[in-house]
Amino acid sequence: MVRIDGRGDANSLIRARGLSKTYQRGSEAIHVLQGLNLDVDAGDFVAFMGPSGSGKTTLLNLLGGLDVPSAGSVTVAGDEITRMSARKLTAWRARHVGFVFQMYNLIPVLTAFQNIELPLLLTGLSKAERSRHVETALAVVGLADRMHHYPRQLSGGQEQRVGIARAIVADPTFLLCDEPTGDLDRKSADEILDLLERLVGEHGKTALMVTHDPLAAERARVVLHLEKGVLVDTVTAGRAR
Amino acid sequence: MAIPLIYNVRSLRARWTSTVVAVLGIAGTVGVFVAMLSLARGFEATLVASGSARNAIVRRAGATSELDSGVTLDQVRVIEDAPGVERAEAGPLASPEVVVVAAFPLKGRDTEGNAQVRGVSPKALAVRPSAQIVSGRLFQPGMTELVVGRNAAEAYDGIALGKSVRLGGATWTVVGVFDMGGTAFDSELWCDANVLKQVFQRPPNLFQSATVRLTSPEALTAFKDALTADPRLTVQVDREVDYYAKQSRQLTTLITVLGTIVALVMGIGAVFGALNTMYSAVTERAREIATMRALGFGSGSVVMSFVVEALCIAFVGGVLGGVVVLPLNGLTTGTINWQTFSHLAFAFRVTPLLLVWGLAFALLMGLAGGVPPAIRAARARIAVALREL
Ligand SMILES: Nc1ncnc2c1ncn2[C@@H]1O[C@H](COP(=O)(O)OP(=O)(O)O)[C@@H](O)[C@H]1O
Ligand SMILES: [Mg+2]
Repeated sequence: MVRIDGRGDANSLIRARGLSKTYQRGSEAIHVLQGLNLDVDAGDFVAFMGPSGSGKTTLLNLLGGLDVPSAGSVTVAGDEITRMSARKLTAWRARHVGFVFQMYNLIPVLTAFQNIELPLLLTGLSKAERSRHVETALAVVGLADRMHHYPRQLSGGQEQRVGIARAIVADPTFLLCDEPTGDLDRKSADEILDLLERLVGEHGKTALMVTHDPLAAERARVVLHLEKGVLVDTVTAGRAR
Repeated sequence: MAIPLIYNVRSLRARWTSTVVAVLGIAGTVGVFVAMLSLARGFEATLVASGSARNAIVRRAGATSELDSGVTLDQVRVIEDAPGVERAEAGPLASPEVVVVAAFPLKGRDTEGNAQVRGVSPKALAVRPSAQIVSGRLFQPGMTELVVGRNAAEAYDGIALGKSVRLGGATWTVVGVFDMGGTAFDSELWCDANVLKQVFQRPPNLFQSATVRLTSPEALTAFKDALTADPRLTVQVDREVDYYAKQSRQLTTLITVLGTIVALVMGIGAVFGALNTMYSAVTERAREIATMRALGFGSGSVVMSFVVEALCIAFVGGVLGGVVVLPLNGLTTGTINWQTFSHLAFAFRVTPLLLVWGLAFALLMGLAGGVPPAIRAARARIAVALREL
């Protein structure tokens, strides 16, 4: 279940209450989010749409603990992350969030394998266990044969698949994808969307995705629009329905 | 767990031009630093090695060097009879000596260098057993003959076995070359003390110093006590090593201080080079850093990572600087011994300890050049940095 009225029960995986974010640009205050509410259950696949500058990235950053809100709270699996110290929040991100970026954000000097292994370095896993996990993630995204390639030796679509493998390798609580297909051609974009759909459908992941692309949004179970700092539910599209 | 080192190493390689600039700055500084200190060490070692722990040098009380010292023949007799002096068939092992400084043309240069000409007793070789005649023979008593130190033969024109040398209005023949293991004596010319006094019209009964061979290093105390208590003498007695160590101190200190100052000034430049390299690395990799932070690497890991990266640069620079000056080791050069105003050949000494010092200096520069950029990297706000392209 996904709700935006702030009435979700305590069981929802991700819960945002009265979330506000104001940026200061010079003397001008930009109110990007204004009392936004959101409840997402485990296993949901949510797409956020909205015009450029409407605050989609800002919302994901707050949900993923990359930034702190001006007001309001975010609770994930019972932990109120908006009250955590910076240090705790860092550890929380490592444990619970898988980020997928529009520009992939792979480390150029590391191979696909090494990029995917990065989040595992923050766990107590042995080298052999890490290798096993990386290989599993590579198999899921279908790039087992490219593990020793560097990002520049991969196509955009392949890079994003490495990015997704890196996001899922440590088995996070949920995925945050900020325009994951924004930089890809149609065919590659569709492959990435297939992959995300499979991760939710077959692997039971929870995914929140920002997109401009209506075809991408269609793949999600719920599409929410960000307007004037809050979420609105004008379109309930998606094949799942 | 920390951000893997391979990330830093490969990043440095990826931006190799910038890396090379920083490495060279540090290498140059370390090179100069180690070279200067090895100069000081070499000078010190040469002079210290010149003295023997079993020898004592007796000079007039208050004399700063042999040049302004005087010891009379009567006093030499008393010194020879003092306790602790080694005795051989030829009698007590004491060498009353006279020193004059004379200018000779330096090889391959247009200038002259001052050499110490030391008039010694024929027993000089027994008093200083480490002196070996490597070619020719010792001078004959009463003859205008010279035996020259190995480095003197190298340094001056016309001072070679069999050559005639004009000195003090007389013509001398070089009859032998001696080697004392690269010490200060190897830059000297030796002859019969009595002949030298005659030629230079010095008073026949006056020497400048007397060096004695002791029965053992421990015999110095008894020897010294006897001489200083003797009312017939006003002399100072030093262990030969201490005398030469003292001579080396002034120049050694000067070179060390100068070397350190030069290295510090260069070091400031090198630190700025490293700072520049690391700041631009941090700027260029802002999004990479933010990505790592998003993945869950802490700010401490980021600081560590960039400090380690700077230390990698410093390490390579330090090793390179050391390797570049390593060939200097053993290279002979010359300087003026300020205590005796004479030319002294000595060799650079690039010791392992100096290399360790050089490396430590390099790492210090790396730390100074790495910490501020590392802190900036860790302080950057993730959400802001992720937006940067
Ligand atoms: N650090 C910041 N400082 C000031 N303004 C910001 C900052 N980050 C984002 N903004 C502004 O906030 C608004 C929302 O940005 P963003 O969340 O990136 O929107 P979207 O992802 O929907 O395009 C934009 O007007 C943007 O310029
Ligand atoms: Mg955005």
